[in-house]
Amino acid sequence: MSDDLRAAVAAGALGSEDSYRALLQSIVEVARAIFGARASSVFLFDEPSDELVFEAVAGEGAGDLVGQRFPSSTGIAGWVLVTRQPLVVEELENDPRFAREAAESTGFVPKGIMAVPLLYEDNALGVLEVLDRPANAAFSLAEMELLGLFANEAAIALDLLQKARAARAVLESEGGEAEAVARFVSLLADAEPERKEAALRLLKALEELLRER
Amino acid sequence: MWSTRSTGKGVRVCILDSGVETGHPLVGDIDRAVAFNRLGDEDEIELVEDTEGDLCGHGTACAGIVRALAPDCTLISARVLGAGFKGSGPVLLGGLRWAVEQGFDVINMSLSTTKRQFAGLLHELADSAYFRNTVLVASAHNMPVESYPWRFSSVISVGSHEEPEPDTFFYNPAPPVEFFARGVGVEIAWLGGGKILSTGNSFATPHMSGICALIMAKHPELTPFQLKNVLYLTANNVGGGR
Repeated sequence: MSDDLRAAVAAGALGSEDSYRALLQSIVEVARAIFGARASSVFLFDEPSDELVFEAVAGEGAGDLVGQRFPSSTGIAGWVLVTRQPLVVEELENDPRFAREAAESTGFVPKGIMAVPLLYEDNALGVLEVLDRPANAAFSLAEMELLGLFANEAAIALDLLQKARAARAVLESEGGEAEAVARFVSLLADAEPERKEAALRLLKALEELLRER
Repeated sequence: MWSTRSTGKGVRVCILDSGVETGHPLVGDIDRAVAFNRLGDEDEIELVEDTEGDLCGHGTACAGIVRALAPDCTLISARVLGAGFKGSGPVLLGGLRWAVEQGFDVINMSLSTTKRQFAGLLHELADSAYFRNTVLVASAHNMPVESYPWRFSSVISVGSHEEPEPDTFFYNPAPPVEFFARGVGVEIAWLGGGKILSTGNSFATPHMSGICALIMAKHPELTPFQLKNVLYLTANNVGGGR
């Protein structure tokens, strides 16, 4: 890969990773709001470790849970990942063992969980969960359909996020210079016009300096 | 309607899932429980007698639903889920191949795979079951992805309806999903001998498996083709509702 091309790809990979993470966060925020739920989360399936990882959380647990991991076939999210089937489980508070495990891992005990696999092309990328809809609302198949639509969006965002991370990993493995250049390009793109102009002048001077023999 | 004339006696139903908790009050006795494991990183699969029961609860829930509809059927558990997600495709294929070779009357598959690399082999196994008079009952999904084996015409594919009666089922005139069975607000068996309320095609599927067991107990000579016809003619939106 030429240096110019590498820098351009790095700029795209670095910038897009943040955007895709923000998109996932927005999806869980909207899912939580639409269902009137207490929390919503996206789990990423991390293939090398065979674990599920909290990737985005809205509502209860937001801020604490992102990055936490557990084995891929455990819990309601695990059922959904391995069977590829959407699932709703209610009255969970009646199960003391589940309540204890949930409290230990996430800090709160949900009464009900809606979970749907995140499927993109032929891959199962993770799971979307919505926790504790309003207690008086009877569950309907229409809600399952709606959750499926959100899952489709989340799966695409998760796929893009993983591709951006893979691109970054490749660039990092080829040495730190490309990433440093990429970070500069990314900052330049977001800079105020006056600062951008100043930065470009400095860059020009730097270029001349590097050309001197 | 079948539940007034049949108890599923003599019909062997295999739950291809996460295992079954033995002695659960909603499940009762299991005739045999086996588990399939992957050997190392190879696609070689080993079969062992299953002593761990159910690792996540999904299989126990399915077994409980079949038992509720067909109380005298014989249940067999084949565990293909629960030991991690990686390598679950070859394990699923190995378990299904074994279940087809055993000649069970019904195989309940409340699961699917999206991996195209397994589609060909799954299709061969589904056809092989069909011609050996084993009925494969599989969960459909209504998500915009290709998944298997429910899309194959040699299996009975099942989605959910919202009616509360366990023996109510509908024929779907707009396939690929062929039938809708009870799948919303179902009381399912939960690990540790308990019960819980749940929704999903995973639980509509064992309702259909149970109904198949009731019919086959009365008419063991039926081929899967004939059984599908009986299901069509007795569906609540065709002949069974009148």
